[in-house]
Amino acid sequence: MNMFRRLKVTMGAALAVGLAGTLAVHADEQFFPLQSYRVGPYAAGGTGFFGGFIDYLNLINIRDGGVNGVKLTWDEGETQYEVERGVEVYERLKSHPGIAAWNPLSVGIAYAMIDRITKDRVPLITINHGRTDSTDGRVFPYVFPLLLNPYSETSGIVNYIASREGGPDKLKGKKIVVLYHGSPYGKETIPIYKLLSDKYGFSLEQIEVPHPGNEQQSQWLSIRRAKPDYVVLRGWGVMNPVALKTAQKVGFPADHIIGNVWSNSEEDVIPAGDAAKGYIAITTQASGAEYPVLQEVIKTVYGANKGNLDDKKRIGSVYHNLGIVNGILNVEAIRIAQAKFGKRTLTGDEVRWGFEHLQLDPARVEALGAKGLFHSINVTWDNHEGDGRVTFQQWDGSKWKVVSDWIAPDWAFLRPIIEKSSAAYAKEHGIRIRTSGDDPVSQ
Amino acid sequence: MALLASTKTNRPTAETLWIGIGIVVAYGVVPLAGSDYLLDAVLTPFLVLALAAVGLNVLTGYAGQVSLGSAAFLAVGAYAAYNLHLRVPGLPLLVDVVLAGGIAAAIGIVFGLPSLRLRGFYLAVSTLAAQFFVQWALTKFGWFSNDNPSGVIDAPVLRIGSVSFATAAERYVFSLTIVVVLTLLTLRLLRSQSGRNFIAVRDHEIAAKVIGVPLLRTKLLAFGISSFLIGVAGVLWAFAYLRTVEPAGFNLDRSFQILFIIIIGGLASLRGSFIGAAFIVVFPLLLSRIGAAVLGRVFDSGVLEMSQHIVIGALIIVFLIAEPRGLIALWDRAWSALRPARRPAIPT
Repeated sequence: MNMFRRLKVTMGAALAVGLAGTLAVHADEQFFPLQSYRVGPYAAGGTGFFGGFIDYLNLINIRDGGVNGVKLTWDEGETQYEVERGVEVYERLKSHPGIAAWNPLSVGIAYAMIDRITKDRVPLITINHGRTDSTDGRVFPYVFPLLLNPYSETSGIVNYIASREGGPDKLKGKKIVVLYHGSPYGKETIPIYKLLSDKYGFSLEQIEVPHPGNEQQSQWLSIRRAKPDYVVLRGWGVMNPVALKTAQKVGFPADHIIGNVWSNSEEDVIPAGDAAKGYIAITTQASGAEYPVLQEVIKTVYGANKGNLDDKKRIGSVYHNLGIVNGILNVEAIRIAQAKFGKRTLTGDEVRWGFEHLQLDPARVEALGAKGLFHSINVTWDNHEGDGRVTFQQWDGSKWKVVSDWIAPDWAFLRPIIEKSSAAYAKEHGIRIRTSGDDPVSQ
Repeated sequence: MALLASTKTNRPTAETLWIGIGIVVAYGVVPLAGSDYLLDAVLTPFLVLALAAVGLNVLTGYAGQVSLGSAAFLAVGAYAAYNLHLRVPGLPLLVDVVLAGGIAAAIGIVFGLPSLRLRGFYLAVSTLAAQFFVQWALTKFGWFSNDNPSGVIDAPVLRIGSVSFATAAERYVFSLTIVVVLTLLTLRLLRSQSGRNFIAVRDHEIAAKVIGVPLLRTKLLAFGISSFLIGVAGVLWAFAYLRTVEPAGFNLDRSFQILFIIIIGGLASLRGSFIGAAFIVVFPLLLSRIGAAVLGRVFDSGVLEMSQHIVIGALIIVFLIAEPRGLIALWDRAWSALRPARRPAIPT
C-alpha cells in the first residue's frame, strides 16, 4: 500500500512537471518537428541537410532572439530514410503545440504524410524533391515542393545543354543518354525527357542502373556504342561515383556528364577521385562558405559552439547549404505570416498562408545575406514550387565552381502536364479544386 | 510425439477466458483510452506485423519450410488490393482484401514449388528469388502503380458500405478485427488434420510420407495459407497503417524483420508471433524514447540510434542463448510456475 501511494505521488509529480513543460512551450515558440536521418545509407545527405537547417534556426535564435521574438524550437526523430519510421516520428511529434512545418527530405515519407498533414492542416515542405504535381496548390494546399520539382529540374538540364550548344535550335540531331537509378525516384522523369526530346528534336536513350548501382560496366559499354553528346546522370548514393569512375574507364569525358540535383554533392564526387574532375551538376543553391549568411553561421553559431556539424569542413557543402536555404525559406514564411497575423506562435494554416506568399526577390535574398547562394523564389497560392532558378557547377577536383548563370526552367511548358496529373489526383481523392488563395477548408 | 499430443483437442478453459478478456480490452478499452500515437504508430503496425508473423509461422514454425520472401508477399497483397480497388469499381473492401490475399497465396504457391525438392538453406535461397523478383516487377512495370511517375501509390480510405474508417481508433479496430478473425481461423486450421500434417512434415518428412501424409499438397497448402495471411497483412500495412506504398518499403530487411519476430517470439506458436511482434515494434521505440529523454541533450539522434542498434542486437544474442525457444517459452515457464496444473499440451 505504502509503495502504491509513493508511486502515485511520484506519478502525480511527474505529470505536473510534464504539464508545466507543455504550458511553457505555449509561450511564443514555433516548433519544427524534424524527421532526420543521421544513420543508414543516406546519412551523408541527412546530416548535411538537417545540420544546415538547425544551424540556421540557431542563428536566428542567437542573433535575433527568434523571429520577431518568437523562439524557434525543434525536436529530432531518427527515420533512417524509412517510411514507417518517418510515420512513427510524425505521430509522435504531431501533437506538439505550435508546429510550423514538416521537412522530411524523403519522397517516401512525404508521400505517406500528404493525407495526414492535409487533415492536420500543417504545411509539408519538400525542397528540391517530392511529388511533382503537388506544385499545383489548387489541389495540394499544404504541400510545397519549394524551388525545384523533378520536371523543372529536367527542363533546366536540357536548357543548360542547349545554352552550351548555342541555343535550343542547336539541340536538333544531338544525342543525349539519361542514366537513371532503378527506383521510383529515378524513373519519375522518363516521360518528361521523352516530351522534351520530341519538342527539341534531340535523340534520346534512357538506360536504367539497377539499385544500388555499384556495377555499371554494361551500361557504360552501351553508352560508348551509342556515342552520345551528353550523358545525364540521374543517380543516388553509391551509383554516382561508380558512374564517374566507369565513364573514365570507357573514355567518356567527365565534362559532358551532367548530374541531376541528387548527384551534385561533395559526397558524390570525392569518392570518384580524379575521374570526377570536370563533372558538371545542376543545383539550386551554390556551394561554398563565402556567402554572408554562412559567415554569420560560422561566427555566431559555430563560434558559440552550437554548430550542428561534427566535421566543420562540411560547412558550405552542397547538402549543408541546402539545409541553410531551407532554413531561410521556412523562417521567411513565418516572418511573412507574422506580418499578417501578429508576432506570436502561428497555427499551421497561418504558416501555410506565409508559404503561399513567400516571395523573395533577389534584393531581399541579398538582404538576407544569401546573394549568390540561391536566386529567388515566388510562391503563390496556386504555384507551390515558386519558380526557383537553377545553376550549374563544375567539380575542379577539390571544390565546386559555378559555371553558368541562373537558368529558368520552361515552366509554361510544364504547367499543363502538372495540372493534368493533379486533376487526376483530385478526381481520385474527391478533392475540390481551390479557385483562390482563401482558406482551403472553408471554401 | 507432437502428432499424438495434438490430437487432444480439449483446451483449458482459463486460456479461452484470457483470450476473451484480451479481446474485450482490445476492443472496449484501447480505442477509447489510447492516444492517436499509440493507436496509429504502435498498435496498428504491431497488429499488422503480428499477422504477417502468424503467416510466416504457419510456414516456417509449423510446416518447417524456411522462407525469406515474406516482404514480397506483403507487397503482392498491398499492390493487388490497390489495383483491384482501382480497376474493379464498386468492389467491396472486404472482398478486395480477401482477393488480394488470394493473389498473394497464388504467387506463394508458385514460389513454394521448389520446396518439393529443396530444403533448409537451399529453400531459403529460392524464396529469396521471390523477394527480388516481386520488388523488381513492381518497380519495372508502371502498371502496378497506375503509372504514377514516382511509383508510390496512395491507399484509398477504408470503407465498408457506408461506414468509413478514417480516424486512428477506427483504423485500429478495422485491423484488429481482421487480425483476430484470421488468427482464430488459423488456430482452427492448425488443430485440424492439415495442421497435424504440417507438423508431421516438419518433424520428419520421410516418416510423414510413410504414414500417408500427402507431401505436395501439405507443403503447397502451407505456402498458400502463409502467403494469404501475409498478403492480407500487406493490405493492412498499406491501407490501414502507412496509407501509401512504395516497392522499396518491402525490401529484404522487412523479410528479416518478420523472420526475427517468429524466432524471438517462438517458432510454432501463434502467441509467440504476437509477443515477438510486440518486442520488435515496441522495444526500439521504448529504447529510443528513453535514450532521447535521458541522453538527448548529450548526444545527437544519430548516436542514440546507433547505440540502440547495439543494445537490441546484444539483447537478441543474449536472449537466444538463454532461451532459444523464444519469448513464449519464457512466458509459459513463468505461467506454469504460477499455475503448475494448467499447461497446454502443445503451445499454439
